Amino acid sequence: MKRFRTGRRGDPAIPSSVFGARDILAESVAGMLQRPARSALTTLGTVLGVGTFVAILGLTATTSSQIDSRFNLLSATEVTVEDVAREQDEFADAAFPDDADATIEGLNGVEHAGVFWSVRLPPGSTVKSSPVGDAAVGEKIDVVAASPGALRAAVPTLAQGRLFDTYLSETSQPVAVIGSGMASRLGITTLQTQPAIFIGDTPFTVIGIVSDVRRKADLLLSVVVPGTTAEKVWGHPADAGTKMLISTEAGAARQVSELAPTALRPDHPEYLKVIPPPDPKALRTSVTSDLNQLFLLLAAICLVIGAVGIANTTLVAVLERTGEIGLRRALGARGRHITVQFLAESGTLGALGGLVGTSLGTITVVIVAVVREWTPVIHTATVAAAPVIGLVTGLVAGLYPAWRASRVPPAEALRR
Amino acid sequence: MTPPAPVIEFRQVGLTYPGPPPVEALRPCDLVIEPGEFVSIVGPSGSGKSTFLNIAGLLDKPTTGTYLLDGIDTTTLKDSDVTSVRGRRIGFVFQSFHLLPHRSALENVMLAMTYNGVPRAERAERAREALACVGLGHRVAAMPSTLSGGERQRCAIARALVARPSLLLCDEPTGNLDTANTATVLRLLETLHDGGMTVLVITHEPEVAARGSRTVAIRDGLLSEQVMR
Repeated sequence: MKRFRTGRRGDPAIPSSVFGARDILAESVAGMLQRPARSALTTLGTVLGVGTFVAILGLTATTSSQIDSRFNLLSATEVTVEDVAREQDEFADAAFPDDADATIEGLNGVEHAGVFWSVRLPPGSTVKSSPVGDAAVGEKIDVVAASPGALRAAVPTLAQGRLFDTYLSETSQPVAVIGSGMASRLGITTLQTQPAIFIGDTPFTVIGIVSDVRRKADLLLSVVVPGTTAEKVWGHPADAGTKMLISTEAGAARQVSELAPTALRPDHPEYLKVIPPPDPKALRTSVTSDLNQLFLLLAAICLVIGAVGIANTTLVAVLERTGEIGLRRALGARGRHITVQFLAESGTLGALGGLVGTSLGTITVVIVAVVREWTPVIHTATVAAAPVIGLVTGLVAGLYPAWRASRVPPAEALRR
Repeated sequence: MTPPAPVIEFRQVGLTYPGPPPVEALRPCDLVIEPGEFVSIVGPSGSGKSTFLNIAGLLDKPTTGTYLLDGIDTTTLKDSDVTSVRGRRIGFVFQSFHLLPHRSALENVMLAMTYNGVPRAERAERAREALACVGLGHRVAAMPSTLSGGERQRCAIARALVARPSLLLCDEPTGNLDTANTATVLRLLETLHDGGMTVLVITHEPEVAARGSRTVAIRDGLLSEQVMR
């Protein structure tokens, strides 16, 4: 064996011990793979914690985006204005002026607008398909008076015929639009015969059958007549209860809801109460804040349990491997090299648990989304942060055992 | 050219464990071991052999005196420098081998180069050479559990040699071995000594001590040079 050259005797420059990054990595992986089953069990807590974390945040993001897409189209473009004049002033007249439709439709961003109210029929009067004989329908049928604008704002889908227009409305024609379910109950199958229905004793020609509406679904179960006709037959709506339905362009709803009362009643804007569309952002926040805080707390508890598990195992490993620590010290490892080695081991365990947990959490989100036919949404920040959380958990858990390991006196450790 | 400094030079080196009561584990002593010597330290258990080993191996600091290793005054060095000197200049051989059970013979030998700045690429080759040197060239991939006692100790010796130390420090190297394996290991140590290696063997067995070219007895913490044969 070649002798170690001792040419540098007395040289005060002593090359210091090193522990390279690749060696650290290799040692930590080797340490972890020494007892694969134990390592797997140790990481279980971290896997569960990180997995729950990812699943909760992923599911929240997924449902939020679901809510967003539902509210974007319809609710966010719908404004309802209610007549609350009587609440403000006992003797006030109806709050809506006669030209309410035209006023609001003149606003920027409004597509359709119109007033509507439920008609109070005189006692005993029902809706029938013939003037004499049994009432065709046993139940009471609602009659809704609506302006043409209100009807259009409800976005109806016509099965047959047409809606009443401004002309029919202005001339107070006795016409009616009914829902398709209502039509079959009244025995009306086609409009070609120009069928009539009788509300009380007044005949109305059915000019349109609506198969669907996207707003005010109760219109499908009602007979809708022009507001002017209703006023002519049954008089002005005595009690308040008149409402206005406004459909706006996307993004205009908030603006319209602010302007509408002043535009309608510059003298008494307070007579009108506006119900603006729900704010999707606020909605999402409320969804996030309720149940999910509980689950995130659970995830945090899982992480703590995971950390305790890793700390425990690492501590046991330190005690078991005292001889190895002594040997490494004898081979030139400094105390902090030992610290780094055990920290790297616990950190690798944590990071691995984090990676597995992230994968499982993501799979959970995808499965739930597929089952519910949603689009799975996970923020990239969540996926990026989750393994880091695992790593940090492992590192924190390893701090004390690693410190203990570095404090083992080498001479004593080697005696084992 | 100045003559090479002694590998070990103790100048009134002693160690007293602070009490109460204070225990004088090693009384202040002088000792010089020149390069290429094969020295045996003998003594019964409890005589201070372990203390001597710990001081000579830089695992413990003496409380008095000066210890020069390869001419370097180790008693004034920082702890981290002591560690570096230990890692680079002393090769340890232990009674219980201290092989990592989950690593092959080759990996165990390579471990000795982890902290000494040997590039990773060189380590496998050097470890292979060291194993061949101790006659284990055919068992590089074997796990320690499949090695015999003698093979384990030879593997440990290969690990001690691979960093090219100036001193091979053996603590009861044959304590866990049967007669045949003891003979093999001692022959190996002699071969290394013949090749110029400085060998220091600490033992309680007189027949092992007899292999050394020089024997130092230790009793009750007191070193005493014995007559050379």
